[in-house]
Amino acid sequence: MPLENTILICAGGGCISAGEISVKEALENEIKKYALDGVVKVVETGCMDACSLGPLMVIYPEGVFYQKLKPSDAKEIVEEHLLKGRVVQRLLYKGPSGEIKPRATEEIPFFTRQVRIATRNLGVIDPASIEEYIARDGYFALRKALSMTPEMVIEEIKKSGLRGRGGAGFPTGLKWELTRKSKSDEKYLICNADEGDPGAFMDRSMMEGDPHSLLEGMAIGGYAIGAHQGYIYVRAEYPLAIERLKIAIKQAREYGLLGKDIFGSGFDFDVDLRIGAGAFVCGEETALIQSVEGKRGQPVQKPPYPAQSGLWKKPTVINNVETLVDVPYIINKGWEAFASIGTEKSKGTKVFALVGKVNNTGLVEVPMGTTLRELIFDIGGGIPGGKRFKAVQTGGPSGGCIPEEYLDTPIDYESLTSLGTIMGSGGMIVMDEDTCMVDVARFFLQFTADESCGKCTPCREGTRKMLSILDKIVEGNGTMEDIERLETLAVTIKDTALCGLGQTAPNPVLSTLRYFRDEYEAHVKEKRCPAKSCKALIAYRIDPAKCTGCTACARACPTGAITGEVRKVHTIDQEKCIKCGSCFEVCRFDAVEKLDAVEVTADT
Amino acid sequence: MKIKSLEDLEKIKEEGLKNLSGRQGKKRGRITVAMGTCGISAGAKDTLMTIIDELDKNGIDDIAVVQSGCMGLCEVEPTVEVQIGDQEPVIYGNVGIEEAKRIVKEHVIGGRILGDLLVKKSAQ
Repeated sequence: MPLENTILICAGGGCISAGEISVKEALENEIKKYALDGVVKVVETGCMDACSLGPLMVIYPEGVFYQKLKPSDAKEIVEEHLLKGRVVQRLLYKGPSGEIKPRATEEIPFFTRQVRIATRNLGVIDPASIEEYIARDGYFALRKALSMTPEMVIEEIKKSGLRGRGGAGFPTGLKWELTRKSKSDEKYLICNADEGDPGAFMDRSMMEGDPHSLLEGMAIGGYAIGAHQGYIYVRAEYPLAIERLKIAIKQAREYGLLGKDIFGSGFDFDVDLRIGAGAFVCGEETALIQSVEGKRGQPVQKPPYPAQSGLWKKPTVINNVETLVDVPYIINKGWEAFASIGTEKSKGTKVFALVGKVNNTGLVEVPMGTTLRELIFDIGGGIPGGKRFKAVQTGGPSGGCIPEEYLDTPIDYESLTSLGTIMGSGGMIVMDEDTCMVDVARFFLQFTADESCGKCTPCREGTRKMLSILDKIVEGNGTMEDIERLETLAVTIKDTALCGLGQTAPNPVLSTLRYFRDEYEAHVKEKRCPAKSCKALIAYRIDPAKCTGCTACARACPTGAITGEVRKVHTIDQEKCIKCGSCFEVCRFDAVEKLDAVEVTADT
Repeated sequence: MKIKSLEDLEKIKEEGLKNLSGRQGKKRGRITVAMGTCGISAGAKDTLMTIIDELDKNGIDDIAVVQSGCMGLCEVEPTVEVQIGDQEPVIYGNVGIEEAKRIVKEHVIGGRILGDLLVKKSAQ
């Protein structure tokens, strides 16, 4: 009997942590109960991008999209949808204005505005099935590449305009050509999957959802540069990606798509995993090479560049996951298909992890040249709770913040650099009016100070020093000289640090100083946090006119700072208050006010 | 098995595509067979199997076959609803094996509605 329904259930990291596995089990139990297991197939796929709606599933042939599922929903889905053919309305996606959208991927801007190249198979195929990957033209590009000369493959990539998706945007074809031309008995290709930016999960999702694309891209790259061994440097914090990559490598070896004499061409190539311990600095290529060699992960002086002397002193190419995943597409469809998308200098698409204060958090792939406004408001659905957009942070701890006036900037490598930030690997953190920009800079600096390997002085000492100044400012003890020192330090570290981590660590500070200097000055001069976020500079007070004496705040207060009798006005003891904000959240009468501390102390 | 040629790859692709065919989005149409107690006792199971077999035989894979409960027309069971494209759905009554074959042949393939099997909306 043929299949009546195929259910694709998202098994990306986001949905798994939201409870996908128990939903799937409940669904399978219900399906068995009604003896539908012969006609309904449940497939776990990679990330379907809309992480904020998980766990989610799509039921075909209708293409109905169900979201925010619980195990208890399984019974209704089976009885109503599968047995009776009636769509379960309450589980459908509802747009911001409440309209129901049964076929999400065809009707919701979050999906329709995306152009999927790197994420072409995510949420479509079963990542554990090489046959499904092949059915989507997988490994055809490798076959095609092997029928070309390595020089032709490099030429194709060069003409496509593909640039590294890991950060700096170096042209991939050129990198391959330089390594190809380096004379050596052995060469290596390493995939940098040490995704470490806070809030970024593009590479993880691609490895989890479509591991074969990466392997195919690596084999093509290996052929182009003349390498026979590839390594994927992936962090131990990505157990699911590691598991699925292991399965994929095993399957590819069984079919002879990795190993000796691939497609009878005489070309040998194999891939192994190298598991990193999760140090941020190991995403820097020279430190990564040290780590793959089994040494302590610390950067070394460049030049020589890895293209001349990399892993075990052999010429080595290091490419990011997304870069390599784009390669099979370019070989299959031709460089023109890729180069026709994007801007003059940045071709193709880019995957972003859209997170923070935005309605549709998740994975988004858009053509280069899409504006930040389209990305955040059209695809991302805008800012939740009617709040005002303040800034977007790109490039992680190496990047910077972009304020509202530049929202119409088309996204490409050059435009982001000119705004004082970087493309980076694709983390995009949206911030609203409640975010304090000084605190954001402090957060990222705390991260880089923690992750500094300590080899060079500017980074080891400089980031610590900058952090202590920022701490001073958010606590309300900063002076105007501190801001100046912060700038001097930032510029010095940028110029003198050994590796990319140190050289870019001051970027969050420099860019927030550039666009939000007034916030720094408010902290210093007025002892005021404009976003009312820095605890040392705010205070809570109860408005006697609005307080009904419901006692909700007093019950919520963890330190017993709120006193008052039932149905009488309550008050907050400023001495005891730790500014946790619990009273502010529980009050249903808007009686608790969040104020500048200076204002409250002036009153009392 | 080792893949050594384009032909080997094509073969696996074809097998794999069968797996994927169920998730290519919208179908051209759908046939709903009422499978309430009344329908089943009137022979709806045979009707359903016949429709599936006939579609298979003719290589039609863009029509979904769905089961539903009783649609309230117990006196003319087995009933079958056919919906093709954007057309108004059509309900046929007393659909046995022969009628099911005709529906696939004449309506699904030929595009002609079978007037004699149609369930009239109002009383005759």
